[in-house]
Amino acid sequence: MFDALSERLERISSSLRSRGRLSDADLDAALGDVRSALLDADVEFGVVRAFLDAVRERLSGEALSQSLSPGQQVIKAVHDQLVDILGSSALKITYASRPPTVVLLAGLQGAGKTTTAAKLALWFKQQGRQPYLVAADLQRPAAVEQLRVLAREIGVDVFSQASDPVDVAKKGLAEATRLGRDVVIIDTAGRLAIDEALMREVRSISDVTSPHYTFLVIDAVTGQDAVHTAKAFHETLELTGLIVTKLDYDTRGGAVLSARGVVGRPVVFASSGERLADFDLFYPDRMASRILGMGDVMSLIEQAERTMDPDVVAESAGRMMSGQFTLDDFMAQLNQVRKMGSLGGIMRMMPGVTKEMRSAASNVDEGQLNRIEAIVNSMTKRERREPIIIDGSRRARIAKGSGTSVSAVNQLLKQFGDMRKMMRQMGGTNPTMPGPMGKMANLAARAQAQRGDQVPPGFESLAAGMKAGATKQGGPKNKKKKGGRVTPPKQR
Amino acid sequence: MIVLIIVLILVALVVGDALLIRRLRRRRRELATRTRSLVPEVLVTKVASRPDLNDIETLERRLSSSRSIFERVRALSGVGALSREQLDVVEEVLLRSDIGVTTTNEILAGLVVNGAPSGIASALRAALLSSLSADRSIRTLASPGRVPVWLFVGVNGVGKTTTIGKLAQRHVNEGRRVMLAAGDTFRAAAGEQLQQWATRTGSDIVRAAEGADPGSVVHDAIGRALARGSDIVLADTAGRRANSTNLLDELSKIRRVADREPGEVIETFMVLDATTGQNALSQAREFQAAANVTGIVLTKLDGTARGGIVVAIERELSIPVKYVGVGETVDDLLVFDPRNFVDSLLDA
Repeated sequence: MFDALSERLERISSSLRSRGRLSDADLDAALGDVRSALLDADVEFGVVRAFLDAVRERLSGEALSQSLSPGQQVIKAVHDQLVDILGSSALKITYASRPPTVVLLAGLQGAGKTTTAAKLALWFKQQGRQPYLVAADLQRPAAVEQLRVLAREIGVDVFSQASDPVDVAKKGLAEATRLGRDVVIIDTAGRLAIDEALMREVRSISDVTSPHYTFLVIDAVTGQDAVHTAKAFHETLELTGLIVTKLDYDTRGGAVLSARGVVGRPVVFASSGERLADFDLFYPDRMASRILGMGDVMSLIEQAERTMDPDVVAESAGRMMSGQFTLDDFMAQLNQVRKMGSLGGIMRMMPGVTKEMRSAASNVDEGQLNRIEAIVNSMTKRERREPIIIDGSRRARIAKGSGTSVSAVNQLLKQFGDMRKMMRQMGGTNPTMPGPMGKMANLAARAQAQRGDQVPPGFESLAAGMKAGATKQGGPKNKKKKGGRVTPPKQR
Repeated sequence: MIVLIIVLILVALVVGDALLIRRLRRRRRELATRTRSLVPEVLVTKVASRPDLNDIETLERRLSSSRSIFERVRALSGVGALSREQLDVVEEVLLRSDIGVTTTNEILAGLVVNGAPSGIASALRAALLSSLSADRSIRTLASPGRVPVWLFVGVNGVGKTTTIGKLAQRHVNEGRRVMLAAGDTFRAAAGEQLQQWATRTGSDIVRAAEGADPGSVVHDAIGRALARGSDIVLADTAGRRANSTNLLDELSKIRRVADREPGEVIETFMVLDATTGQNALSQAREFQAAANVTGIVLTKLDGTARGGIVVAIERELSIPVKYVGVGETVDDLLVFDPRNFVDSLLDA
């Protein structure tokens, strides 16, 4: 969501970085950008206005942190406001003590109610429940048929009959109780737009079934109208929450913010694909991070923890910091990173990575990594420990042994030398803690100090952003590296 | 050899993350234990009290808040240069109608330059009308010996199948024999839905099993239309998101098949839900590239949605709106009239 917003925020923060204090003009310009980004993402006009007012309020408050740069202050205020609106964690679904738990789905035509009903049934099934579907959409031609087909696919029963929707709902609920099902999902008819007849029908269904959950199904690409819909349904049905569909169409999904801002109910589920399994609880905190371009660090870390061997990483990272990094360590790390998947995929999840680096990473193929591995494997143990001894004839041998060229070997060695130099600079002196982790912490502290500020307490929500900043620190160094390349790119 | 650098950064990050994440985890655990009692559970054990139906404001009144803003535009008096406040009101009207930031800014810039010699409302109306100036004639005839085909594309849930049903009725009313092609072989029961329309309108239909190749369904329908002497083929396609290359490629293929002799695609309609926001622009862009869209059918315009995004689409991509759906009945599908549309944008 909000790719545009995160890009703009990045620009704002860099344009404000050099200024000592935030002037009114700066703030107006920055918030103007935020405004356009929100409107482009289809956040409703009134919600945008309220959002910006709240951000301005935060920035003028006395709680302003002195230790943050102006750009960071703006971003922090926007972030905090986003989290305030989106909520901070996924909602927990609980079940009625006396089953069945009744779930009512309402929404406009084409929002995806019928498909959502099936997806929700599958989700409950995966939670170990026994769901039952009630097709009370008797209006759209073949809607019942559609639900039957989908339900057959996931092995869930459907109740329907050709009477009136309220009657169907009532009987469906009774049938579910008789069958001993513990979750009943009621699909209702949509209308082209909100009208009294629709509201009366769905309200009557709600009255006879007393649902525990009433969800409004809303399309992620809805524009300014999202609030009218959400408001009207909320006033009639007292919604428990929202289900956002078609989040795969457009990741901006401003309708989420609009609806939340207006009815104050959480987004509980999100659907992001045509397959029935493309459906899960909605994690607002992860979305807030993505909005701000912090990458999906949580997922990255989860992936790293699943695949990497912490001892190997810690050991070589420690040597890396102390400048005793060898080609063996490099190989160990390369292998660890490769286990995590494609470099391009990893880079996408990383915060603060420039577009160039991202595209460079996604252009790296397995073959290139294999060649690097082959070159290193063609070296003797001593050569790997002390690359300095590799002379012309050794290079020729290594090139031959690895099936590459001398220039490729040269390049690798040159890059490795530069890298080592860089590492030594970063590793620095007087670690306060013993062991590799201490050095790592030292590095993090240094990165922070270089940025001339400290992360104040209570600011952990932006900790991901800290890493973004740390990565950007590496930016110029990387550029120097690229400039120092001895061979033209095409020979890589 | 950027590889080396990238790998190193990755490693540094992952190690850094390991530290960070431990802290985050601990904090999250603390928070969880501390706030467990405060976290609201979604389950309402008792059904919340809801307002009595009779107390609910009528739709009219519910929308009055958004209406008043449009009335403010009409109330804006003054001739010539616009004040900051007046521009703000105009901006709000345009943004609330989903026209989008870029187009709104362009129109505002035009107003600033040209002023409003005969009132702001009419200046705005003129600006909008000039954005809707593309050729919106509707073609029903193909080259001699070819079967005319109207192809319908769009994302899921915009009302493609319903639109086809209504247009079939329109053609039948005008004395044409219609052949429907149930090219949506993906969505469960989509063929069934079109079948019901065929029965209702007395049109012929070609259907295939779910999961069949949509191109072959369209091809069969054209062959059948030729044999039976039908005047036009209306071809449905499965709803698809506009950001998937595979799905768009499939659409291009369907169009190629439909355009092959004896068929001839004379109109490709993108069906668009009037509640859609800025994403509609990228939908139009992608579908135009994949299937050469010749017109838009704007559906669901009977509610509070204004469909202003079509102004942006027509300005940027020159794709005209040709039909609008303003209600559920067959007669509620109208030929698009820019004047009425602009009035409804501004007056609502």
